[in-house]
Amino acid sequence: MLLLILLLALLAVSLLSLALGSVSIPFDQIMVILLGGEADRAAWTNILLKFRLPKAMTAIFAGMALSVSGLMMQTFFRNALAGPFVLGVSSGASLGVALVVLTTAAAARQFASRLGLGLTGDLLLSLAAGLGAGITMSLVLLAAARIQSSMTLLILGLMFGYLVSALVSLLLYFAVPERIQAYINWTFGTFGGVTWEQLPILGGMVISGLLLAGGLAKSLNALLLGENYARSLGIHLGWLRLGIVTATSLLAGVVTAFCGPIAFIGIAVPHLCRALFHSSDHRLLAPATMIIGAIVALLASLIAELPGSSLVLPLNAVTALLGAPVVIGVILQQRSPERSYPL
Amino acid sequence: MRLPVLESRNLSIGYRHTDVELASGLNLRLERGKLTALLGPNGVGKSTLLRTLAGMQKPLAGQVLLTGEDARRMRAAEIARRLSIVLTAAPNPGWMNGYALVALGRHPYTDWLGRLSACDRAMIRWALAAVDAEDIAERPVMELSDGQRQKLMIARALAQETDIMLLDEPTAYLDLPRRVEMMRLLKHLAQETQRAILLSTHDLDLALRSCDSLWMMRPTALVVGAPEDLVLDDIVAATFAGDGVAFDKRSGAFVMKRTAGIAVCLRGEGIAQIWMRRALERAGYRVSDLPAAVQIELDPSRPEWQVAAGGGHSRHRTIAAVLTKLDDLLPRQPANGRPSNHRK
Repeated sequence: MLLLILLLALLAVSLLSLALGSVSIPFDQIMVILLGGEADRAAWTNILLKFRLPKAMTAIFAGMALSVSGLMMQTFFRNALAGPFVLGVSSGASLGVALVVLTTAAAARQFASRLGLGLTGDLLLSLAAGLGAGITMSLVLLAAARIQSSMTLLILGLMFGYLVSALVSLLLYFAVPERIQAYINWTFGTFGGVTWEQLPILGGMVISGLLLAGGLAKSLNALLLGENYARSLGIHLGWLRLGIVTATSLLAGVVTAFCGPIAFIGIAVPHLCRALFHSSDHRLLAPATMIIGAIVALLASLIAELPGSSLVLPLNAVTALLGAPVVIGVILQQRSPERSYPL
Repeated sequence: MRLPVLESRNLSIGYRHTDVELASGLNLRLERGKLTALLGPNGVGKSTLLRTLAGMQKPLAGQVLLTGEDARRMRAAEIARRLSIVLTAAPNPGWMNGYALVALGRHPYTDWLGRLSACDRAMIRWALAAVDAEDIAERPVMELSDGQRQKLMIARALAQETDIMLLDEPTAYLDLPRRVEMMRLLKHLAQETQRAILLSTHDLDLALRSCDSLWMMRPTALVVGAPEDLVLDDIVAATFAGDGVAFDKRSGAFVMKRTAGIAVCLRGEGIAQIWMRRALERAGYRVSDLPAAVQIELDPSRPEWQVAAGGGHSRHRTIAAVLTKLDDLLPRQPANGRPSNHRK
């Protein structure tokens, strides 16, 4: 029931994000354009189909992907503060992207202009980001096997992040200015950089990641009891770990490659969902985080547009402004490390 | 002889990477309908043994057989239908009610989405009823006490429909009445559902009273037997022997070893005298009815305690007052002085 309402809300926010921007387009005109008709002004058709529609779809994919990967990480590490950004997975993806953007001349030029990026370039970028994310996640995982304290794990994740940042700044130091500018722009985060040609790659990877996550929902529920209980319930922990690492790095990696390292959506949305549904059942939480994640991403992108003005804010600034209070709330609710906020 | 549901053959347990072997050559068996307790001093390897039997840890050598089959050759999902566990600390699984927690026990039987069939639901209801937890089925697990949560974890293990249940100190965080209740419940479940239940515990007294068999784990060997046999053979006493504590075979409980203290004489009989004796022994006096420097007697007519020493008499209403008086009459020298005075 609540899921249905959320779906309607998602639809409404999607329409809103199509209508609002530097130029407002009336709702009826949006419908006309979407249905293949001629709008009152030709510019509207252009704006909608070339920019706003792919941007909205990117936001939806990214929101879903980041939120679900955050949900899986929080359950996996049994830590309310886990998320793609906090655990350094986004940083790992950034390193992959930085390596490609700052060192490969051809890719960098294409990346900077955001035009006609060839299919191979996109795949290379996604692959680099995914690999970066996967390697960081595996390192965190290795550490997690040795370290029981979840707080230590988070600090370790932060350290990984710093380490990666250091490597990136080294790369930046030796890179030429135009590539640096391209990289810096990428770190601000945006949903607007994905073209129609790139959308199938993003969509395909996100959907396969989400399907994998859906298949893991039952096992994730058992994992709420801890690894020992999960194993005693017949779960092969090795496969489950591999599945979770693959799904989260795929989801977080591909989004980071296309949209930049977007903070806070992955960590905050699962908490919003749990608070809303009062449930830890992943079979409910997975679709719920997907929808709410998409809504939050669309809203953030909408706010970043500053409708009615020609200014555009960095997306990361907006997601941080929205997400940080949620995370602070979670930390304040944590009475002690042992009795942590319910997952 | 009945086929054991769990059997270990020449099992060695310990930790390979630190090269620690805690026990070896273990040939153990668990049978249906029997409640077994694993006892032993701290650090002897009780948890390691349980973890090894449960497949959470690899044995150093030997095998664990589940109804005659080598557990190492079985898939995790197969083992999950034969063996369930309950660990010391009940987990905090987040936003979940009691029913959902018990429903997790059906994990090995449900489809990929974890949907519950009518049969699954009936089993969950039965498990909740078996541990008498129907009243907390709809309550959020977060709001429950440790004891209630542990009950649900046992119900979850029951819902898993396994022949074997292994429990690692399930009563450690519970108060005494809850421990007795839990033990009674396990005993009842073992008989009623014909499961083989093994639990590790430090509650020797409870284990002696309710278990069919004891595994006494000592650094040298693991001794198996009926509780009463192990008491009579002094196995229990030997396992837990320590400084200042002794196992009293008569009462089946641990008593503090008497230390040679100042002699006092206690006269008379009755409940009041028994408790006065305990108070005096606790305070470090050697109590007897032979004449001594101080003599204590209950005056039943008042009732008041009469303390006689060196010709003087005094009367006291409470045991505490008697002890205070004794402190005045028999001042004790600090033994060996302060630590800084130790000299060779």
